[in-house]
Amino acid sequence: MMSLMIEAEGVEQRERVRIEAGGIDLEALLVAWLSEILFRVEAEGWAFGDFQVDEISDTSVSGSGIGERLDPEKHGVKMEIKAATYHMLEVGEKDGHWSAQVIFDV
Amino acid sequence: MAVSTRLREIDHFTWEIPMDAQAGMRVPGIIFADRQLLERAENDRALQQVMNVAHLPGIVKASFAMPDIHWGYGFPIGGVAATDLERGVVSPGGVGFDISCGVRLLKTSLVLADVHDRLDALMDEINRLIPKGLGAKGGRIILSRREMEGLLEKGTRELIARGIGWEEDLEVMEEEGSYPGADPSKVSDRAFERGKGQVGSLGSGNHFVEIQEVDEVYGSADQLGLFQGQVVIMIHSGSRGLGHQVCTDYLVVMGKSIARSGYELPDRQLAFAGNQSEEGRDYIAAMACGANFAMANREAMTHWVRDAFEKVFRSGARSLGMELLYDVSHNLAKPEEHQVNGNTVGLMVHRKGATRSFPGRRPEVPKRYAEAGQPVIIPGSMGSNSYVLVGTEEALAKSFGSTCHGAGRAMSRKAAKKQVRGAELVERMREKGILVRSGSISGLVEEAPEAYKDIHEIVEVCEGAGLSRKVARMRPLGVLKG
Repeated sequence: MMSLMIEAEGVEQRERVRIEAGGIDLEALLVAWLSEILFRVEAEGWAFGDFQVDEISDTSVSGSGIGERLDPEKHGVKMEIKAATYHMLEVGEKDGHWSAQVIFDV
Repeated sequence: MAVSTRLREIDHFTWEIPMDAQAGMRVPGIIFADRQLLERAENDRALQQVMNVAHLPGIVKASFAMPDIHWGYGFPIGGVAATDLERGVVSPGGVGFDISCGVRLLKTSLVLADVHDRLDALMDEINRLIPKGLGAKGGRIILSRREMEGLLEKGTRELIARGIGWEEDLEVMEEEGSYPGADPSKVSDRAFERGKGQVGSLGSGNHFVEIQEVDEVYGSADQLGLFQGQVVIMIHSGSRGLGHQVCTDYLVVMGKSIARSGYELPDRQLAFAGNQSEEGRDYIAAMACGANFAMANREAMTHWVRDAFEKVFRSGARSLGMELLYDVSHNLAKPEEHQVNGNTVGLMVHRKGATRSFPGRRPEVPKRYAEAGQPVIIPGSMGSNSYVLVGTEEALAKSFGSTCHGAGRAMSRKAAKKQVRGAELVERMREKGILVRSGSISGLVEEAPEAYKDIHEIVEVCEGAGLSRKVARMRPLGVLKG
């Protein structure tokens, strides 16, 4: 999601921002997590290059985004994202790996 | 593809998906389209969504689709659904993430010869004055929380009181710039935070400010104050992060309720709540705030466009004839009275990627348009024509007074990026005589004309189906994108 909005590779890892989210099931949880990150970027002006999850269950997650203050000159703004949607949303584990498909309204 | 054998042709521009096409449908699907547009709609699963919408409790008459239909989140884009105001439901998916994304047209008394040599200067000035794109910085109107609440509750009037915009603009805005029942306490802190730095800013994606020339007029142009060769300005934008967050928030609230009730949704983006339930009322009150925010934003940008013209022409905007024609949404749900089986019924009419298209006699239409009909403003995609239409009696009878909103996408943003080069596109636009200013080149490429359906076909089908009538066609001279 970050690389849709900015040039995420150019983000320096200077600060850590706590991020928490909850949802009624795993799919809703993923959308809530992404929505929370989107809020931090758009409203609070953060650019994240990496993320860390500390605790996770089927209905809650907490961790942090690692990055710096958003600077359109430095980070090369590409597009705004309106929302993470439930459209064709898939979250699941297969062969020991977790993968997800999320469609963003841009 | 399974749908096509079930589609019933009602007339040249109207198709029906019968109720038994899918278990759970409470009403049929009705699609206004010609064969070509219909095939396109089938290919992108939009018709599946038309059927899903027909599941909504309390839906009345049909799940409608306009000719510019294409797949969306829950509702297709170009979807219209009316639910009984007492017993039916409201669904944020039927409004969209961009609550009250809409469009307005500003008239002038100028013609091409007047602006031709000053187009660069005008575009530069508009580009300078209008904040746009990602990032909360650069907002020109900074409001305190209380002031924001005032804006959300009372609408555009709040900006006019601060000297931004004209009092007379209100008369030609839907709900006179103030959607009733707006309650800021139903808008989350998150939504306030997202919207705070974005008052009067232009969104990215397909939002734009465009200077245009009226290149063809049809009936009723006179009554709307439009003429051939006139320079006009179109502004297409919505409720920005505030609206997006309101939709996100209420999909969660309603999703939780529905999960508790055990009801099975065909699509999570179609979460709903009763129009008269607490959650339903809360959403409607929050949606109204989103609508007020969007309309106020378009008014602020109008103000700065007038400023830009004043600076370049060294003349007052009033003497340049810069009056507002109309401001109309294409992502909104409105409580309206309609005739159903001979009775007057209260309905919540969802129009997502669809525009209200009322005849002049409706009380919602400004008195000055009583004869012509409600103006319908159709933004074209970048580089292509836009239109002004008017609403009709037939639209009331056929689609609860609804028509298209523009040209739907024919190609995904990803596909457009693969096929179109940014610099080449800007050059192509320049060769057509169109100046481009943009916040983002990659965003620009996704908006290439080939990525969209043919607006002429869509407008013709709407007219053929009786949903609206052409009044004027415009061509772009200069475009500002977020």
